[in-house]
Amino acid sequence: MLDFIQQLGRSGFDFFQRLGRANILFAHILGGIPGMLVRIPLVIQQILSVGVLSLLIILVSGLFVGMVLGLQGYNTLVDFGAEESLGVMVALSLVRELGPVVSALLFAGRAGSALTAEIGLMKATEQLSAMEMMAIDPIRRVLTPRFLAGFISMPLLAAIFSAVGVLGGHFVGVGLLGVDEGAYWSQMQDSVDLYDDIYNGVIKSLVFGVVVTWIAVFEGYDAVPTSEGVSRATTRTVVHSSLAVLGLDFILTAIMF
Amino acid sequence: MNTRKTEILVGLFIAAGLLALFMLAMKVSNLNVYNSDSGYEITANFDDISGLKIKSPVTMAGVRIGRVSDIQFDSETFEAVVKIRIESQYKTLPKDSSASIYTAGLLGEKYIGLEPGGDEENLQQNDKLKLTQSSLVLEKLISRFVDSFVDKSSDK
Repeated sequence: MLDFIQQLGRSGFDFFQRLGRANILFAHILGGIPGMLVRIPLVIQQILSVGVLSLLIILVSGLFVGMVLGLQGYNTLVDFGAEESLGVMVALSLVRELGPVVSALLFAGRAGSALTAEIGLMKATEQLSAMEMMAIDPIRRVLTPRFLAGFISMPLLAAIFSAVGVLGGHFVGVGLLGVDEGAYWSQMQDSVDLYDDIYNGVIKSLVFGVVVTWIAVFEGYDAVPTSEGVSRATTRTVVHSSLAVLGLDFILTAIMF
Repeated sequence: MNTRKTEILVGLFIAAGLLALFMLAMKVSNLNVYNSDSGYEITANFDDISGLKIKSPVTMAGVRIGRVSDIQFDSETFEAVVKIRIESQYKTLPKDSSASIYTAGLLGEKYIGLEPGGDEENLQQNDKLKLTQSSLVLEKLISRFVDSFVDKSSDK
């Protein structure tokens, strides 16, 4: 019994210690950002692996999410004779929720796990210690460009997701099911507000970008330097960042709308 | 992968992202409504505007010619003061046009319908519409109906 309580207390302290380490690391990463302005090629290299290579999965899933929304929305709305509002439904659900959230989840699975595995392996093979020996700060050299790349890529990916989804909804609704083309766009333009909906969606995806890359980079840097440790860290990245995205989405939605 | 190819791919990616944002702003949202800030503003006082909102459409003959730009409450006359922004291409509305608040469909959005009068003069900036008709509130309508029903039955 006493052991159990001891265990509980220890895991509690462990949790707060990790949280503290994560925040110190975050401050350290942010401190490296000014230095990155003169080493933009490093960031560009990372945008390629974090953003450009995630593009395909974002495009395909955006298209299909939009098409499903078009199909489901049509079937529901046609009962009320309101199929003209299909554009509003597709656009609002994409711009406000699905665009930022689903692309952040995909981003965590596609790019976040890769970041963790890469950094964790660098640690396991002592590349990070080697850098320190050469008086190069591995946080500024390795972590900051990856963090910046995630921060830049995430809103762009979310915007691409939403835009492709709207086109997918248009393809199904207008192309296949015969919703009026003019009604699809004009009702959408009447109801979607630039500031309330689109800007808030971008802000959401910026927040998700920060959180997902932060978790990924931290888990990699904090991984136990063995093959098992790296694999556990990769799993933790996907699980924690998905949970963080969904939880934060609720809070952000409550604040914004 | 050489640097040039990397940079081109990243450049394309950022361009595609910005293009998507641009498309969301221009094609999906109401940005072009914000741009029509030209035009002129007229005001109208209503006894009851319940359901009307800022940016509700203003139509004449069913065509949208403007939007509600502001709603205020006059604490002296206890009326709602509605500011309407008419787009600049509709300059020749008669000065004695009247405004009524209608509902699109049974449960739809409220909008203001303008009916042209016969005046030779045209509406100018900050003119006030004198003839207005308030919005129909469903509860009031029902209570009036019930009242008349009760009156009839008590007559017997």
